[in-house]
Amino acid sequence: MNYQPSPWAIGIFLFFVSFVLFISYYYAKKAKSAKSYFSAGGSIHWSVNGIAFAGDYLSAASFLGICGMISIAGYDGFLYSIGYLAGWIVALFVVAEPMKRLGKYTFADALDAKFNSKGIQLFAGISTLVVSMFYLIPQMVGAGTLVEPLLGIPYWAGVLMVGTIVIIIVATAGMTSTTYVQFLKGGLLIVFSVVLTIMIVNKGISTSPQNGDVPYHEFKELALVDNDSLELVDSSLMITDTWEFDHVTLVRIFIDGRETIWEVNNEENVLKETLFITALSGGGTLYNGAPKEDAQFFQVGHMSEVAGSENGETGPLNPFTFIEAIKEGTVVLWEKQKIQDGEDVITVYYQNPTEGSKVLVPGLKFKVDSERGATFTDRLDFMSLMLALFLGTAGLPHILIRYYTVPTPSAARKSTIVAIAGIGFFYILTMFMGLGAMVNGVIDLSNSNMSAPLLAKSFGIGIFAIISAIAFATVLGTVSGLIVASSGAVAHDLMDRFMGIKLSDKGKVRAGKIASIGVGVIAMLLGLLFKGMNVSYLVGWAFAVAASANLPAIIMMLFWKKTTAKGIIASIGVGIVSAIGIILLSQKTYNEVYHLVDKVAPIPINNPAIISVPLSFITIIVVSLLTQKKTVTE
Amino acid sequence: MGHGPATKWEEDKSSDYKARLGIWMFFGYIIIYGGFMLINVINPKLMGLDIGSLNLAVVYGFGLIVFALILAIIYNNLCSRAEKKLNETKESDE
Repeated sequence: MNYQPSPWAIGIFLFFVSFVLFISYYYAKKAKSAKSYFSAGGSIHWSVNGIAFAGDYLSAASFLGICGMISIAGYDGFLYSIGYLAGWIVALFVVAEPMKRLGKYTFADALDAKFNSKGIQLFAGISTLVVSMFYLIPQMVGAGTLVEPLLGIPYWAGVLMVGTIVIIIVATAGMTSTTYVQFLKGGLLIVFSVVLTIMIVNKGISTSPQNGDVPYHEFKELALVDNDSLELVDSSLMITDTWEFDHVTLVRIFIDGRETIWEVNNEENVLKETLFITALSGGGTLYNGAPKEDAQFFQVGHMSEVAGSENGETGPLNPFTFIEAIKEGTVVLWEKQKIQDGEDVITVYYQNPTEGSKVLVPGLKFKVDSERGATFTDRLDFMSLMLALFLGTAGLPHILIRYYTVPTPSAARKSTIVAIAGIGFFYILTMFMGLGAMVNGVIDLSNSNMSAPLLAKSFGIGIFAIISAIAFATVLGTVSGLIVASSGAVAHDLMDRFMGIKLSDKGKVRAGKIASIGVGVIAMLLGLLFKGMNVSYLVGWAFAVAASANLPAIIMMLFWKKTTAKGIIASIGVGIVSAIGIILLSQKTYNEVYHLVDKVAPIPINNPAIISVPLSFITIIVVSLLTQKKTVTE
Repeated sequence: MGHGPATKWEEDKSSDYKARLGIWMFFGYIIIYGGFMLINVINPKLMGLDIGSLNLAVVYGFGLIVFALILAIIYNNLCSRAEKKLNETKESDE
């Protein structure tokens, strides 16, 4: 897509960034001690911390990733909302109060409270770094993705800019400034998502969605005389290439010297216009056969049947009738097919009209129905994802450290409840924002992460500017939290406790600041490396690693008296290695990271939790039982 | 560097009760969440069942979010009550 930045968006964005930097500067003076730097002095009010939790948690994955996924795959994107929220139940009922009671700055403190073991300090510190890195990647990808339409600067510049701003926020004032940035951003995100949702349902649904800024492209059809021989009614046009696949036949026609690709529709005896992206062998990319600047790669997303009519319009709706109108109509979804055209690779997107009732149940992205081709491993993959989302939240280091910013365990509990209210409400809104993008002609098929900001843009540049600035702040906030967590792991867990380097209070703050700069730089590099992946999918991996490496250790330490230090160490180690091992050997990684399109990966599932979480639990039980004697003699 | 909580507070005599309550409520939620997962893999067609103007998938999905909040509020009330009762009683006994 070719985006035009707006001065309004840039203005609001700059204002927001300035304000955030001012907060950092203001609190920098107060963040002189380690307690203040790593845990905001334990003095944050629970209600502020609750919204800051929402700020931490509603990352780029939630806002950009989930809305984007719902917009192209319907209900399956919403599964992430359900899983992410359910994870807070584990956080509230199992870990909130004990974490606060046992810990000081990092979750390693709590894990190690009963044992004082160097091994736990080392492994918990490493685990924090690994999970934070997995979580940082999608945030940086989200940042790079956002700046392009917002500020009109390239992806890499966005990644570098976010990295730099975040390093300033964290390195100046640590957890205090991070908390207030999160509070602000979490609150604004929820408020403006409500505004956007009201606009969506109030606008209603039309088969020809008209947007304020980008006229909707009516997709063309070419009539066929006879579909067996693919002869066109318009004899001036000639099909030059035909590609046949299992589910679709595609043809190429040059019209006025311009390359076009069409899908053969045998039922209607027509050719239907497609969208396609050509990766040229000599480098460079064409969008619908033209350079990006020609703006030929149209936004998509509409219903072909609304209110029982192919030219229907609903008028203003309410949240219930909005979903009902989609359920009763037909949504045009877009399928993807890759073509090897000599040395070039063409990705073709073609229309797939789908009953609304099928859009609103799981199964378009995650196969669960055997009648629609789901295998046993597909279903296992689905279960595995839902398990990781459920168990991952309470193992995320940047969430766990937020329990140390409030004064008491009961404040930790209350802030979690505020978080559940705010986050749950937001996740319900993702359904409307995602479906809104799906039917309002605002999907950029080359980048599903842009659906929510483009939806805002269709309602006017003002709301787009605000939503984009908030989305950007979302990334800033979450990255800050992750970097605080990582710097705590380095300065407190690894340097101070594991290595026994005796740092003064100020020295520890300095070590934390240096660590935050290092982690920030690594995050920027990873952001550049992982460009183009759906951010919600990447976050799914972070959850899987957190659920496998951290949660079994936390739960067993709290609720099983026979747990030993060696059991915890082994469990964290096995959790990290098995989760990452499965991810690295999964089909999704083969296709999207290594770009091995035709290779079959050794591990049939993409989400590791269903294997790695039980494995981690078994490890902690077996190793703890084997090392009982030592614990008793000690 | 000392190794203990960042802030000091009074000993909480209700923590065992709260931990037990938390675990029970956690399992309560697991049953409902697990039910959602199982319907999806065992009988996914059920998710398309009409419930009023919506369907089971939407109602169950929204329901899981709302149910989490309701459980959280109940949990907080029970915990607050226990904190008040147990801590006050024990203190007056001593």
